[in-house]
Amino acid sequence: MRREKLRALAPLEEPAAPTDLRVRQLRARDLLRGDLEGPDLERHVEESVLTTTMQKAIGWGRANSIFPATFGLACCAIEMMSIVSPRYDIARFGAENMRASPRQADLLILSGRVSIKMAPVCRRLYDQMLEPKWVIAMGACSSSGGMFANYAVVQGADKFMPVDIHVPGCPPRAEALVYGFNKLQRMILGNPDPGWRRRYNAAGTEEWAREATGEASKEEIEAYEAARELAATHEAARSQASRGGPT
Amino acid sequence: MPDAPGLELIAQDLNDVAGGSVLGTYHEHGQGCLIVDPEHVLDILRWLRDEPGQEYRFLSSLHGVDYLPAEPRFGVVYELLNMPRVERLRVRAALRDPGGDELPELDSCVSLFPTAEFHEREVYDFFGIVFRGHPDLRRILMPEDYVGWPQRRDFPMGGEPVIFTRDEPVMPRWYE
Repeated sequence: MRREKLRALAPLEEPAAPTDLRVRQLRARDLLRGDLEGPDLERHVEESVLTTTMQKAIGWGRANSIFPATFGLACCAIEMMSIVSPRYDIARFGAENMRASPRQADLLILSGRVSIKMAPVCRRLYDQMLEPKWVIAMGACSSSGGMFANYAVVQGADKFMPVDIHVPGCPPRAEALVYGFNKLQRMILGNPDPGWRRRYNAAGTEEWAREATGEASKEEIEAYEAARELAATHEAARSQASRGGPT
Repeated sequence: MPDAPGLELIAQDLNDVAGGSVLGTYHEHGQGCLIVDPEHVLDILRWLRDEPGQEYRFLSSLHGVDYLPAEPRFGVVYELLNMPRVERLRVRAALRDPGGDELPELDSCVSLFPTAEFHEREVYDFFGIVFRGHPDLRRILMPEDYVGWPQRRDFPMGGEPVIFTRDEPVMPRWYE
C-alpha cells in the first residue's frame, strides 16, 4: 500500500524533484525495511551513495577542520589575528578555533621574523605538535629573512623546520593569508596547486639557471637538468593529450 | 636643560671635584653634553646625582656608540634627567679600543642607578664593553652562546645576498 502511495507521489517515468524531501524519506524507509528493489533501489543508490577513497575522505576531514596554533611572532601577527574576525572569517573554512597549546594544534603560522633566539622555540613548538601538522610561513621575513638581512634574524624559516606554504607580503593582507590557507587545504586534500613555473611550463627559468650568473655549481647543473627534463615530459604529455583530442 | 654657560659651570665644578675628568663639552639642539674620562665616570655621576643644585636623580637611558674611524673609538652615553626642573644632561664617556681581543672597560654605575643593570648588559651584549662591578654581566638580547659584538661597526652585516634579476645584466655578480 505504501508502495502505491510512493508511486503515486513519484512515478518512475517522471523523476521526482530532488528537493522533494517526503519522497526521499519514504524511499529511505523502504530501503531500510528491505522493501526497495529493482529500478527503485538502483535509483536510490545512485542518488544517495557517494564512493570515494579512504585517503580522500580523511583528507577532506582534515582540510576542513584545521586548528591553528595561537602563535604570533611580529607585525604579521596583527594581520593573522584578523583572519578570525567577522570581516575575513576563516570560520568559513573551518579553522576559526585557535588552540593555545601546540598539542592541540595542527597548523603553525609563522607570522613574522624569526630571530635566531626564537628559532629553537619555534622548532620546539613544531616538534610538540601532533601529526599530521602543517606550517605556513607568513610574510617575507619568515620566508626569506625579508628586509632583515642581518645578524639577528634567521634567513628563512625552512632552515630549521619544514614549511608547506609561503605567503608573500610585508605583511600579507588577511585575504592573502586566507588564500594561502586555501592552498594548504587543497594540499591536504591531495590535490595541490602546481607552482607557476609548472603551470606556465616555465621550468628551467629559475634565476640561478640563467647563464649570466657565471659558473654554476654541480648541484645547480643537476637541478637545472632535472627541471628541463620535467618540462619536457610535461610538454610531451600535453601534446599527446592535444593530439588525442577531446573524445 | 642647562644652557651653554651653565654647562661650562658644571664642567668647571667637576674638574675641581675630580681633576681633569671633563675632556670637553658641547651644546647643540638645546642639549648639553659632557665628554668625560671613563676612569672618573662614577665620581662624576655621583656628583651630578647628589650635589645640591644639580640633583640629576634619574638615569633615563644608557647606551653605547661605536665611532669606528675615530679614536677614542667607543662612547658610553648616560642620559640624566632632573625631574623637578625637567632638565636633561648628557654625559659621554670616551673609551679607547684596547685592541686585539681585549675589551674596553669602565666602572658600572649600578650602585648609583639600579636601572643601569639591564642597560649595561645591553651595551655589553652589543658592543663588548665591560662594566667593572656589574652584579650579573652577561648577554641580555642575543643568545647566550653568541660569539661577537654585533653592533660594532666592523662586525659583518650578516644575512644572505639577494640576487635581483634587474641588477644581474648590468652588474654581474654584484653581490660579491
